[in-house]
Amino acid sequence: MEYFLELFFGGLTRGSIYALIALGYTMVYGIIELINFAHGEIYMIGAFTALIAASALAMLGMDGWSLLALSGVIAIIYSAAYGFTIEKIAYKPLRKAQRLSPLISAIGMSIFLQNYVLLAQTSDFLSFPALIDEFSFMENVTIIGSAELVIIITTAVATAILTLFIKFTRMGRAMRAVAQDKTMAMLLGVNVNRVISATFIIGSALAAVGGVLISSQIGQINFYIGFIAGIKAFTAAVLGGIGSIPGAVLGGLVLGWTESFATGYISSDYEDVFAFGLLVFILIFRPAGILGKASSEKV
Amino acid sequence: MDSEKRPMLPLIGSEIVKSTLTALWFMFLTFPIMVIKISPLDKTIHWRWMNLVYVGAGAFFLSFLWRYFMERKVQGARADEDGGWQKRAGQRISTDRRIYLPGLIALGAFVAIFPFLFSSYQTSIMITALMYVMLGLGLNIVVGLAGLLNLGYVAFYAVGAYFFALMNHHFGLGFWFALPMAGAIAAIFGILLGFPVLRLRGDYLAIVTLGFGEIIRLILENWNDFSFGPSGIAGISRPGIMGASLTLHQHTIYLYYIMIVMVVFTMIVVGRLRNSRIGRAWIALREDEVACQAMGIDKAKTKLMAFALGATWAGFVGCIFAAKTTFINPSSFTFMESAIILSIVVLGGMGSIMGVVVGAFILILLPEYLRAFSEYRMLVFGASMVLIMVFRPQGIIGGIRQHYTFQRKPAADAGEGGDAACA
Amino acid sequence: MKRLLYSLVMVSVILCTAESFAADTIKLGVPGAHSGDLASYGLPSANAAQLVVDAINAKGGILGKKVVVLKEDDQCKPEVAANVAAKLVSDKADVVLGHICSGATKAALNTYNESKIVTLSPSATNVELTKSGDYPNFFRTISPDDAQALLQVNFALDKLKVRRVAIIHDKGDYGKGIAEFAKGFFEKRGVKPVLFEGITPGAVDYSAIVQKIKFSKADAVVYGGYHPEAAKIVAGMKKKKMKTHFISDDGVRDDTFIKVADKFAEGVYATGPIDTTKSPMAVAAIEQHKKRYGTEPGAFYLNAYAGALCLLQAVEKAGSTDFAKVSKALRTNWFETPLGKISFDRNGDAKGIGFAMYQVRNGKYVEVGR
Repeated sequence: MEYFLELFFGGLTRGSIYALIALGYTMVYGIIELINFAHGEIYMIGAFTALIAASALAMLGMDGWSLLALSGVIAIIYSAAYGFTIEKIAYKPLRKAQRLSPLISAIGMSIFLQNYVLLAQTSDFLSFPALIDEFSFMENVTIIGSAELVIIITTAVATAILTLFIKFTRMGRAMRAVAQDKTMAMLLGVNVNRVISATFIIGSALAAVGGVLISSQIGQINFYIGFIAGIKAFTAAVLGGIGSIPGAVLGGLVLGWTESFATGYISSDYEDVFAFGLLVFILIFRPAGILGKASSEKV
Repeated sequence: MDSEKRPMLPLIGSEIVKSTLTALWFMFLTFPIMVIKISPLDKTIHWRWMNLVYVGAGAFFLSFLWRYFMERKVQGARADEDGGWQKRAGQRISTDRRIYLPGLIALGAFVAIFPFLFSSYQTSIMITALMYVMLGLGLNIVVGLAGLLNLGYVAFYAVGAYFFALMNHHFGLGFWFALPMAGAIAAIFGILLGFPVLRLRGDYLAIVTLGFGEIIRLILENWNDFSFGPSGIAGISRPGIMGASLTLHQHTIYLYYIMIVMVVFTMIVVGRLRNSRIGRAWIALREDEVACQAMGIDKAKTKLMAFALGATWAGFVGCIFAAKTTFINPSSFTFMESAIILSIVVLGGMGSIMGVVVGAFILILLPEYLRAFSEYRMLVFGASMVLIMVFRPQGIIGGIRQHYTFQRKPAADAGEGGDAACA
Repeated sequence: MKRLLYSLVMVSVILCTAESFAADTIKLGVPGAHSGDLASYGLPSANAAQLVVDAINAKGGILGKKVVVLKEDDQCKPEVAANVAAKLVSDKADVVLGHICSGATKAALNTYNESKIVTLSPSATNVELTKSGDYPNFFRTISPDDAQALLQVNFALDKLKVRRVAIIHDKGDYGKGIAEFAKGFFEKRGVKPVLFEGITPGAVDYSAIVQKIKFSKADAVVYGGYHPEAAKIVAGMKKKKMKTHFISDDGVRDDTFIKVADKFAEGVYATGPIDTTKSPMAVAAIEQHKKRYGTEPGAFYLNAYAGALCLLQAVEKAGSTDFAKVSKALRTNWFETPLGKISFDRNGDAKGIGFAMYQVRNGKYVEVGR
């Protein structure tokens, strides 16, 4: 039983990270139907910025939760800025182009950003400080660590805020409108460019949260971490039904659990085979993902 | 253009302000990553302020260029509507025999003597480029014609390569026997993948094919008894020619000619396929699935045909790849490979054969010739991909749509019009 | 038009220079990963080759000829390596120091073999490269994988007295190779591993495999692979307060591992080449690197340094760059290198190079057995 619970919480943690990144994929897809391959790189840049900020601040004598909060905020700001800029450079000029052109532009952007960080920083793995302190009340709990708890709670809170934002704010309503029909929304006076920028900013900020939390949990980063995380998160978004926010979260969690239990009870050799196999299996029976509807309401 | 009517000076002023703002924004953006470098050993920070200056100056000037080219692109798009010069020139070259025949002969002659003009390294990377031309043409059937986004194309490439490698290793099967069989096996895999994904559309299809590609690679990595795992298979024999023993250089030249023949063959077959009944059915499927089905086209059969025929070429190339490098292991068949092949198709111009050729030459030869940039190579490569797409979103050579113009003529040609309805 | 003509002339000049230098220089090809995610394993070797060549040229070169270095990036990808090999053959490289990764080396070796070029790798440890006898032109200044695995197994059973072992690898040709040898040696001594599994390199986290190790109640984990994944697993195990020994290979016996894993690295065992960094020659070589590049040298630096020395000295002793003479010189002579006094056996493996077991103590690798 303890083993099961450990795997359960391990999968939940991993799934939460997937979910945070998948939210960005799903929001962007919902609005402009683009698989933003550079999104994984945003996650990586978030983690790098946090590392740089945290090291600089630590030298100034800061520590504990304030260090985590401040470097986290800096990472979020920078990731959002990168997301915003990338959209303006690589996707906005292509809004009227055929569907695959922005996808290739995104792949190019992803290669560019990886090499940008590689050249400006380093190709080596860097040690990432454990920014999340151990809770004293967690001393005797073995099935789940403090950092894991923080990750799970943060994901839940972020998702809740995002859902409320989309449901109840003006911008959220505009997002839903643009997702349903861009032309119609424009005719009704919605500033579509602003909505798209806002989507990229929010999605990137969430990716940065994921990047900072997981890096401080596993303790190392390099320029390449965004690639695999990005692919997995994209899988999660599709699994849940791309364009749907609860779908992205559910997809992330299902993927995390699948990988965790597949490793725990069968073999880690085929961890990814199980993950992708599950995806194929679910899509055969529900071609639009778990929560997606054939003509689904997006975002 | 309104801007032309405005007085000149404020215009320049506003341009400078725009560029300055852009420069400031990029300086802010690149600040932590370009300027600060933490050395974890002695816990000190290196401040590289010069980088900030470079970024600022670079962004300032590039933003002028960017806006200039954007302007041109907008104008170009307008000009294109009434037939831009490129299109007209392109049409002229392709229709006027006086230009097109000598050009073709010159190109043919150059291609034929290429390996004797250049070193065996040049020939070798040319073979690689030609292999990607074939892969691009194959994927073009699936993505460009049938509109099925396949992100796991590399799986079929792997199937072809491993088929030949294993057959050669266990049974000593020669290249020429394996080549058609590799194509057939890959086609079977194409159909096997096709069945479960018949119902999926667009990006759901993309992720499932991506998953399929990864699954094949993981199986090759893990199933040691079958595929020798990550250590791969070495000593695969090169294609022979009537039992003669060739030196390495001769082998390279021989393989080069094999590739030339294969590429020409592929181009002819794909070109014919596109204008055939099935080809037009693919295009119809791409444009509108429902309407296409209503026209009486068997959707399942058409999709499976696209998967199978697309995969066949990957199988061929896989076999040639194994024969060329004489060693394969699963690390050659990653998702990045699929992404590059897809980029070839889209960058060159979807649905266009010449486009794929140009795309493959750019994407495969560019990194080789960028070796002069050494570590900046991949940075430049990624940036070029973005720039090409931004400034030529339809691809370098966009697919030219088949036009059928109605002409009052004797009834002989009238049959064409009916077929074109679907295309 | 004048501009165009000028640039055409420039291009042809550049194209021709390669030919015109051919006669009076000796060309040392240095292929390896100089970009991409494995660049940190390839760049130190390129630096080493450059330093050795500069030192030799300063003394007037070999056989009256200057030595030039031809650096080529293969990104550790087999298909790129095959093209790079063709390029080096076209550029008339006389001897080759490389490649870095075993897979890339295998893909390139046939090309060198058929062109009769002596190839010496500072880091490709795959066993088949030498023991299969397929590549008479291949030499290396590093021990093969099985030697390492044998040391790990003997150390685990004799010194640490473990009874239950879990073997984990990263599915790569290097990591899985070692893991399989380790499994074989354990089974030969009657210990059946309780776990034998591969992990996905670069995965977001490894908590599931850590729990599996914990659940298997293994006394020791033998890990085949590189340091980034090792650091994540070790950190996960320490966070779970597990006391399991962690034994790994020379992909982990690298100071980067300690830097990245930080306090979690404490107590980790790793095999690696016998430490000769205190020998005067090695000290001098490291000092050279610091002076020229301003940093500590990275992985396989001394191996590459020794390799370049052996290759060039062999050419000198052979009196030509002829394949048969150079390979004979490599097999019959002993060379003074930063790795000690070495020579090469019939297969091309180095004599005089061995492995030792190290343990991280107070943030440093300390030798604990051979």
